[in-house]
Amino acid sequence: MTVYLVRRLIQALFVVLAMSVIVFVGIYGIGDPVEILISPDADQIERERAVKALGLDLPLWEQYLVFLGNALQGDLGRSFVFNEPALKLILQRMPATMELAFGAMFLSILIGLPLGLFAGLKPDSPVSKGIMAGSILGFSLPTFWVGLMLIMVFAVQLGWLPSTGRGETCSVLGFVGLQSCNEGLQWSFLTWDGLRHMAMPALNLALFKISLVIRLTRAGVRETMLMDYVKFARAKGLSRSRVTFVHVFKNILIPVVTVVGLELGSTIAFSVVTESVFAWPGMGKLIIDSINVLDRPVIVAYLMIIVLLFITINLIVDLTYSMLDPRVRLETKGT
Amino acid sequence: MSDVALKGAPASAPVPAKVETPFRRFVSEFCESKVAVGGAIVFGVIALVAIFAPWIAPQNPYDLAQLDIMDGRMEPGTVGGAGFTYWLGTDDQGRDMMSGIMYGLRISLMVGAGSALIACVVGASLGLLAAYAGKRTDTVIMRLVDLQLSFPSILVALMILAFLGKGIMNVVIALVIVEWAYYARTVRGTALVERRREYIEAAQCLALPTHRILFRHLLPNCLPPLIVVATMQVARAIALEATLSFLGLGVPITEPSLGLLIANGYEYMLSGKYWISFYPGIALLVTIVSINLMGDQLRDVLNPRLKK
Amino acid sequence: MTTAPTLEVRNLQTHFFTRAGVVKAVDDVSFTVRRGKVMGLVGESGSGKSVTGFSIIGLVDAPGRIAGGSILFQGRDLAKLSEEEMRDLRGNRIAMIFQDPMMTLNPVLRIDTQMIETVQAHRKVSHEAARQRARDTLGMVGIPSPDERLKAYPHQFSGGMRQRVAIAIALLHEPELIIADEPTTALDVTIQGQILAEVQKLAETTGTSLIWITHDLSVVAGLADDIAVMYAGRIVEKGTVAEVLDRPLHPYTSGLIGSVPSRNKRGEPLRQIPGMTPSLLNLPPGCAFRTRCPRAAAPCMAEPEIREILPGREARCFLPLTSAEEQAA
Repeated sequence: MTVYLVRRLIQALFVVLAMSVIVFVGIYGIGDPVEILISPDADQIERERAVKALGLDLPLWEQYLVFLGNALQGDLGRSFVFNEPALKLILQRMPATMELAFGAMFLSILIGLPLGLFAGLKPDSPVSKGIMAGSILGFSLPTFWVGLMLIMVFAVQLGWLPSTGRGETCSVLGFVGLQSCNEGLQWSFLTWDGLRHMAMPALNLALFKISLVIRLTRAGVRETMLMDYVKFARAKGLSRSRVTFVHVFKNILIPVVTVVGLELGSTIAFSVVTESVFAWPGMGKLIIDSINVLDRPVIVAYLMIIVLLFITINLIVDLTYSMLDPRVRLETKGT
Repeated sequence: MSDVALKGAPASAPVPAKVETPFRRFVSEFCESKVAVGGAIVFGVIALVAIFAPWIAPQNPYDLAQLDIMDGRMEPGTVGGAGFTYWLGTDDQGRDMMSGIMYGLRISLMVGAGSALIACVVGASLGLLAAYAGKRTDTVIMRLVDLQLSFPSILVALMILAFLGKGIMNVVIALVIVEWAYYARTVRGTALVERRREYIEAAQCLALPTHRILFRHLLPNCLPPLIVVATMQVARAIALEATLSFLGLGVPITEPSLGLLIANGYEYMLSGKYWISFYPGIALLVTIVSINLMGDQLRDVLNPRLKK
Repeated sequence: MTTAPTLEVRNLQTHFFTRAGVVKAVDDVSFTVRRGKVMGLVGESGSGKSVTGFSIIGLVDAPGRIAGGSILFQGRDLAKLSEEEMRDLRGNRIAMIFQDPMMTLNPVLRIDTQMIETVQAHRKVSHEAARQRARDTLGMVGIPSPDERLKAYPHQFSGGMRQRVAIAIALLHEPELIIADEPTTALDVTIQGQILAEVQKLAETTGTSLIWITHDLSVVAGLADDIAVMYAGRIVEKGTVAEVLDRPLHPYTSGLIGSVPSRNKRGEPLRQIPGMTPSLLNLPPGCAFRTRCPRAAAPCMAEPEIREILPGREARCFLPLTSAEEQAA
């Protein structure tokens, strides 16, 4: 197990390194940073001085090493637009994205599980067919358009919910030891106003996952219902609800929750779209704005952090699997 | 049967009986699902509208001379200054939404199908190569595939566009890079099975050139799953293009695709002018759903495991 | 016979209404189970013996349902009971044991949960009392240190132990009738012997009646008092075990007995029944066994009814093996 852990950690480290090369070359190699970094009014001498100061006269690989060295010290450059450390900007916006992503995952289980359960228990009922058709729609609907439609219906026509923004936030002291966030993390879900602001974006982001959970649950229920132990539970004279909610439900809950957990990464990535629609001030909105104004340090910092996040999630998932299923461990060792 | 066809044939030739060709069987199996046929018909109509948009659209929405800013943000059904009715309303620049949608479909379908095609060629070639060459080539290609598939498509596309900047070509490049891995994985999987079959061994014994074995012998046998993946990927590409355009990273504002049309309507929706965003979204939705419905049935028909 | 039978099945019909047509999985089945006795229900797979068992306990799933006949259990017709009345009987007065012990216990629930819920489904007792009952029953079926075993999950038990747990669950309420659906088929022979002995002892001491569904004639021979042989959804022969196994009337029963390997017949080639069980969707007209029967003749084109051929002996055959020499062959 320790050997496996070390192996996976080294692998993850290599992926991070590779991604940092790709991101660095992509951002600084393909475009011409001088154009953006230096004021167009600057004369030739000023220009050269700036190029030297920024280390842009060095070969690309040397620039990369400088970048890597700084990155290891937590310095991913300063934003041109905000004139603040890029890392700090992103970490400040992380709680907003995180609470949106977790809210969406919570909603996907809250909505998807009962619907999938119903569709699995009564596959021939018209309601179940409606649920399944809805889940196909959920896979096909463009997220951003659904977001707009939600705003139109609930904010513009009915006026029930606020259309954009994060609303009132509540500050809870940063329990994660992030130096740049020591003024406290801001959370929306702790205030009523914040929750009202969060409802639509979270639902929008959850849409795809709800469809996923419905399908998984339905398939799981149909499979489990055929099991002997379900029939045996009925033969014991248990009530239908006890059979459904204890014997069937407990069996499907584990795989469904696992898959939803796996989807955390992609939920964070797709929050880019939802945050743009609802003007939710998270990392996703920041990166889109940064790409639009070519704020390169922020782009690089965002990409590096998200890559790190993904590799961590994948690593945790792999490790959990190998702990649950010894066969996985053997196979990976074989290759 | 037409007279022309009969004249060319010898008088004694019997009317050919319907032979059970693989293609015909495929068509009849596909038609077993009414929903899929409906999807195919709807998609056919959409494709025709997109292809013939310049001839059937009431207006050329990209020609600023034809747009009348006085007609801006008109409700669906109003008669405009140019004398024809804006059935789906107009956007802020006085652009007829129906024409805009027709032209937008053109771009969306072109980008979607084009990127899917390029990705298919690239991905299938690499997948074939991985399966056929094996060893280190296989490892390198598949590691790349695994790495890429572990990141969500939107993130990969964002990264590419952050490198390359905006623009329609860059969106196509981003979509190709996002998609090729799916094709590569599919083709490799099938090709690995097919590779062990006798006909490949026979071809190798005949000392046929490698490219001939790969593309004339191996590839045709990998086609069924490839077609299924390609169908689904076209739908995904269209959706992703729309998303990127909506985020302002895609096509230029002068030639809006569906995603950009929807984005343009965003600010007006808050004042109740829903149609600018609503109708392009419906067009997008119908396109994606119709492709997905076809894809579902294709998967059932072309899946050898379901065959008896 | 002084006491009324525990169970009396009369002309039971259980049909499955599938898209391909009506499958008569159980067709005109009648038998009685005497109090405290073991009834062996014998047949090949697909003969309808398991469906018969599920019909009695009311667990036939759609598209199947009981299409006719009656199931009299202590005078009440089970076919006419409501779902709630049936639920109250299941696991309480009528219990069932399944074939594969690896599959019958829920893998994510502890043994105590699965036993206590059964107790509490029928008795309003405290959790502690239910636990006590579960522990006592586990001890009764020969599980050592039941207190600790209660806290275990099913995967921590061997197959034989799991089947003992399943039997213990069936015994929790001391039912009048237990339906055992091939409960020893999936087990090792030594374990099978232990469990059979255990069940026999329990049936004798508690007065519980048993329906033992199996394809294994040797199990029936050692365990059952009465026997009913099923073929293609119908009972083709029934009677006491001693009589039926010694002097079978129906050619199918005779064929079954002949295909059991035994030491007495060493050296002789095993007899076998030619052909396959016919599909229930298209049975041959007339006697269903006709196509595989060595004695088939012109009368067999008509459908035979089950009739008393010898005193106390019933069979569904026009040309039964009545002479002693034929039966021995």
